[in-house]
Amino acid sequence: MKLHQLTGFLAWVVLFVTQSVHAEDIIMTRSVLAFPEAMLVLQESIAAHGYTVSRVQRIDVGLTGKGYQTDKYRIVFAAKLDEIRMLTERAPQLVPYLPPKISIFAEGEQTVLVTINPERYGIIADGAVDPVFFKRWESDLRSIFHDVNSAR
Amino acid sequence: MRLILGVLLTAVSLVAAAAPDGAELFGRYCAACHGDKGDGGVGVPLSLPTFLDSVDDRFLAETIRYGRPGRVMPAFDALSDAQVSAIVTYIRAWSKQPAPIYGDKPVSGDPVHGKELFASHCAACHGENGGGGKGTGVTFSRHRDLPIIAPALNNSGFLRAATDEMIRYTLQYGRPGTPMISSKEQGLSGQDVNDLVSYVRSFDGHATDTHPADPAAAATLSAESPYTLEETVENIKQAITSQNFILIRTDTLEHGLVKEGEENPRQVILHFCNFNFLYEALAVDPRVGMFLPCLVAVTEQAGKVTVSTIDPQYLSQLFNNVELDEYCKRMRGVYQSIIEEATL
Repeated sequence: MKLHQLTGFLAWVVLFVTQSVHAEDIIMTRSVLAFPEAMLVLQESIAAHGYTVSRVQRIDVGLTGKGYQTDKYRIVFAAKLDEIRMLTERAPQLVPYLPPKISIFAEGEQTVLVTINPERYGIIADGAVDPVFFKRWESDLRSIFHDVNSAR
Repeated sequence: MRLILGVLLTAVSLVAAAAPDGAELFGRYCAACHGDKGDGGVGVPLSLPTFLDSVDDRFLAETIRYGRPGRVMPAFDALSDAQVSAIVTYIRAWSKQPAPIYGDKPVSGDPVHGKELFASHCAACHGENGGGGKGTGVTFSRHRDLPIIAPALNNSGFLRAATDEMIRYTLQYGRPGTPMISSKEQGLSGQDVNDLVSYVRSFDGHATDTHPADPAAAATLSAESPYTLEETVENIKQAITSQNFILIRTDTLEHGLVKEGEENPRQVILHFCNFNFLYEALAVDPRVGMFLPCLVAVTEQAGKVTVSTIDPQYLSQLFNNVELDEYCKRMRGVYQSIIEEATL
């Protein structure tokens, strides 16, 4: 094992000990920012992590348009094109789950973000894709959520 | 290399040995639902003074450890005793009062009479069989000036966490600031209260909160279509309408990820919605964005056209919400009907 591999592994161990008491199926975080500001931080962080926001589905706009009272509620789809192409080729059963999405909704003056733990996609892929790939997705998502959570 | 290795190993051992930080743990595991300051959201408001002043530390610890099966709150069963204790200490600090201490002694009462009293005094909020209020989350399911949804008293997690004495105290004094009023205000005697406690305790062993994995649920519902991709897309559009859903738009899977015209045209996604159904589902669980928008994928690979959707019942198993299970069952039926109709 080379030095950089060893240090990388031990750094991962530190991260594991501090972050992963158990794997959650759903990853959530809260931002003290109001919805518009939290949405901005989310989209900036997604881009900074190398992903493209492919669409923002405005659930609240659809609901209010039909006469329902609702607070802000959006779905943000984000991915990398080459990864989507690889996944649809190797694990077509994942197609209805792609691109991955993040729900973001207002809770009063604060904002809540929710997403499925990408590890779950690995289970659905059933060995067709290296689990390390989904672990990296999870790591990126947690980092993005951290950015939104810590933004002031 | 040895130096780096030493530093990292020391870091690992220090992290492992450090006393748990309640604030940090609360922020990591609890705040997303309960709010940074415990003022509630998807989860109940933990900092409500009349809540904290009536529950003991054991109730909080057991709730963290075992959760509320089928009622959203997950079991954090991988946390150590020290971590649970640190979170409890952090939550407790929101109250100016010392933690109450309750004994384990069972309350003796008449559960038959308690059942009658429950029907007339408690069922309106807590449900006929103690199943609790409907829905969760402040965003959709309740008005913001209502601080709490009535808990499910027949939940195995609640029954495990709450002692008889704690339930009696809550009945006697109510929870000022919530719709839960005291037994005195309800005109109940001390014996009536004991009878009610006995009735609530009789739910033990009869809890209806089981949340078993559905062995029939696969991650994806799919079928091969005997039609061309274009014909199948048109069939899906008709099937969506016949299920009383509205087609929102038709896109390629790669839309937004690549320049227009460069997407793979053989991967088509149809988005659709029934807004009434959507609104009801969001009231049951505001996290259901994971299911949204409703969509059917039509793909063609090596000349084979496939129609696929998520299986809502598969996803529902991740949410620990029995109310949501019902909606997912209905939605699964809708998806199956659309697929069948389009590929017949």
